[in-house]
Amino acid sequence: MSATGIGAAVRRKEDFRFITGKGQYTDDIDRPGQSHIHFLRSPHAHAKIKAIDAKAAAAMQGVLAVLAGADLAADKIGGLICGWMIHSKDGSPMKMAPHPAIAHDKACFVGDPVAVVIAETLEAARDAAEKVQVDYEVLPAVADPATAQAKDAIQIHEVAPRNTIYQWHLGDAKAVDQAFKSAAHVTSLEFVNNRLVPNAMEPRAAIGDYDTGTSSFTLWNTTQNPHVARLVISAFIGMAPEHKLRVIAPDVGGGFGSKIFIYPEEVVCLWAAKKVGRPVKWVSERSEAFLADAHGRDHVTHAEMALDAGGKIAAIRVKTIANIGAYMSTFSSSVPTYLYATLLSGQYDIPHIYCEVDAVYTNTAPVDAYRGAGRPEATFVVERLIEVSARELAIAPAELRRKNFIDKFPHQTPVIMNYDAGGYDASLEKALELADVKNFAKRKRESERHGKLRGLGFSAYIEACGIAPSQAVGSLGCGVGLWESAEVRVNPTGSVEVLTGCHSHGQGHETTFAQLVSERLGIPIENVSVVHGDTDKVQFGMGTYGSRSGAVGMSAISKALDKVEAKAKKVASHLLEAADADIVFKDGRFTVAGTDKSAAWGDVTLNAYIAHKFVGAELEPGLKEGAFYDPTNFTFPAGCHICEVEIDPDTGLTRIASWVAVDDFGVIVNPMIVEGQVHGGIAQGVGQALLEGAVYDGDGQLVTGSLMDYTMPRADNLPSFIVGTTVTKCPSNPLGIKGCGEAGAIAAPAAVVNAITDAIGSEDIAMPATSQVVWAAIRKANAARAAK
Amino acid sequence: MPAVSLTVNGKAVNATVEPRTLLVQLLRETLRLTGTHVGCDTSQCGCCVVHVDGKAIKSCTMLAMQADGTTVLTIEGLADGEQLHPMQEAFRENHGLQCGFCTPGMIMTAVDMVNRLGHTLEEHTIREELEGNICRCTGYHNIVKSIAAGARSMGSGGPAQQAAE
Repeated sequence: MSATGIGAAVRRKEDFRFITGKGQYTDDIDRPGQSHIHFLRSPHAHAKIKAIDAKAAAAMQGVLAVLAGADLAADKIGGLICGWMIHSKDGSPMKMAPHPAIAHDKACFVGDPVAVVIAETLEAARDAAEKVQVDYEVLPAVADPATAQAKDAIQIHEVAPRNTIYQWHLGDAKAVDQAFKSAAHVTSLEFVNNRLVPNAMEPRAAIGDYDTGTSSFTLWNTTQNPHVARLVISAFIGMAPEHKLRVIAPDVGGGFGSKIFIYPEEVVCLWAAKKVGRPVKWVSERSEAFLADAHGRDHVTHAEMALDAGGKIAAIRVKTIANIGAYMSTFSSSVPTYLYATLLSGQYDIPHIYCEVDAVYTNTAPVDAYRGAGRPEATFVVERLIEVSARELAIAPAELRRKNFIDKFPHQTPVIMNYDAGGYDASLEKALELADVKNFAKRKRESERHGKLRGLGFSAYIEACGIAPSQAVGSLGCGVGLWESAEVRVNPTGSVEVLTGCHSHGQGHETTFAQLVSERLGIPIENVSVVHGDTDKVQFGMGTYGSRSGAVGMSAISKALDKVEAKAKKVASHLLEAADADIVFKDGRFTVAGTDKSAAWGDVTLNAYIAHKFVGAELEPGLKEGAFYDPTNFTFPAGCHICEVEIDPDTGLTRIASWVAVDDFGVIVNPMIVEGQVHGGIAQGVGQALLEGAVYDGDGQLVTGSLMDYTMPRADNLPSFIVGTTVTKCPSNPLGIKGCGEAGAIAAPAAVVNAITDAIGSEDIAMPATSQVVWAAIRKANAARAAK
Repeated sequence: MPAVSLTVNGKAVNATVEPRTLLVQLLRETLRLTGTHVGCDTSQCGCCVVHVDGKAIKSCTMLAMQADGTTVLTIEGLADGEQLHPMQEAFRENHGLQCGFCTPGMIMTAVDMVNRLGHTLEEHTIREELEGNICRCTGYHNIVKSIAAGARSMGSGGPAQQAAE
């Protein structure tokens, strides 16, 4: 391993600009002549828009335009779409309702844009927005997914009776029912997987610009996938032909899924820029983000596990209602279906699984992928079921897991996935050791001496990452391919630019991708730069989400590097006057095998461009190669997290006493960055388990609408984490990488809840398990025990 | 419109502002010092922390007019040219940042923490002191490590630290 190659904890190349305040986020960009836009949003969860009177606002100083949904419709700007088709079990297609970027006839959630004001300054736009009179006819609203399908619930969209988008299923219902009938033991659980607000620290932002000279648009946008944004805004929304729209994603301050989607605001900024003849800038306020960013999770689930007398799992049966919100966001349909039910086998050999999912509209913000996207929900189902089963059967939780682990690969689950490699026992054993589980009883007694409760919770998670094989996802309804692209441009002086279709918004691609190049070409990492996030610079690519950038994006770079090396060998053969088959390339030098004749990397790259040593008709000058990599399978990162909690029964306050994570991510490029990803994921998972929960009241008002009401994890809510790894290489990609970005968020909620329920001796805990929730659960459990 | 005069990163600044203009708006929009970020509208996130007369404050919660006559230090003024402040160096060395958005506020808070509490900071002290700074990427693990390391290294009195003080 070289000091800057694969496996080295290289310090990040991107950090200098961030620690000196020189990052360039969308809000840091100002365009000459720029105007500002304010979105006037519906204060009602469900209301007809009877009339909009904008006269007074339009007359105010500095106001350039006040525009509404009717103007958007008149200009034939298309609505937003969901790009993954799901069919119900009866074969009917999902019921996708129209989603105009500015609500026209009616507003469907609090925060739905109903008009925009564009002005010289943001202050002028805001002041004028207060003068826009919207005449609403308030309608009844439904916010709770559990009641959205009720007979008497108001129907939100004409296309979706009973507010039902689809009634989907996966697996063999008959075989599962049979297995339950003959089971020795059945464990049943009812729970809500709580609704979360992603809250990347950088709020979303967009600047739209229109150049009348070239009739082309430019969009600066906080997006995780600029090419996908360009494709959707062009092909579906019809703003401009694809080649007349440039999308730039500059530095982006976190995404966690919420910046994958194509939102109304960027569409409106582009459209308004042409309308007013000025660049139009929008930066979300945090409270606005709470209302208008896509939220995550929000499932109501009934889950059962059947076991035989020996503790072998016979079947799992799951029924989930998934809240999609008021409109179907870009990938919303796939999250509670193919990203969820396909992972219900967990790490276990389970012969039969059946899952039904009803997706419903409610008068709430759209719900879509948030870190983990479906897989945290699946892990919560499986890891709660097995933990509770173990308690009910009085088998040690680790033992019941061991008994059921898959230990032969490849393994075909009953829910589509074919696991290619793993070592689940190894990660469990290592986690048990790092967490010092054998001395847990001692620590529990010590806690009890101080009047505290102590609990231990496991989560042996699996995820499907490296998203995704295009043909496979196409057969499941996905509207796009999920390969990745790369171009490696070698300059005459030997320095290298890597153009990637992935996008970095905290993941450190500028470093890890450069490590691959440094290792392969034997050049200093300083001589490599990574270019991403600009559709005018970079070839079409699919962006970053689903822990795909290492497994898919770097595989594309690796393929392009193969081609660069092959071409460079040809150039070297002319330079060294030898056959290209005799050229050996190692550590940045080309050598004629068996001789001392050699040429340095820089000599060869220069010769590739001056082209004096070969005939251009036989070998093209230059050194630049591109590649597209389409994975042959998902990757399957897996591991075991162990959470230990200490609870004060008088207050219900839960303190995380220790956290051990042992993950198998396959080959690791930069262990420092990978550990950082694990830390961040755990924090978001702990946030879901203990602190975070988006709450709508019965009228569809978001009660948790700011950082004062919605609890984000702070430093003092978390411990330092103990992070270890085990390695089984991913066999399906050339680098052996599985991906690491979502693991923590997937594993953590189940580990926390398993630990709390272990401590208090009751399974009756809802997330977020705030002090109040835990305190009430302890009192309820004590009362039940006393009654017995 | 009212006029304000202050010193920002060692330079005298004169500007006219609206009475409602926030210090962070003056820094970002008028002076184009965009290293100070805005991550919320309720004074919780700490992305906008700068030093005013040597004390950490949230610049989204102070009117520009209140900063009249003060000396302001932002993230852009912390390094001595190419020579990073020890706290900046500690964040880089310990992977104390991912997306970088909360980082300027974290670093300015961390330097203030050391100025108030000294060079030997316990983990629990750092965690409690970070109550007003939210990070969504790192899980705080490496931020806590960075601040402890930066505090120690500020204590050893490197050239960058002397320049910044």
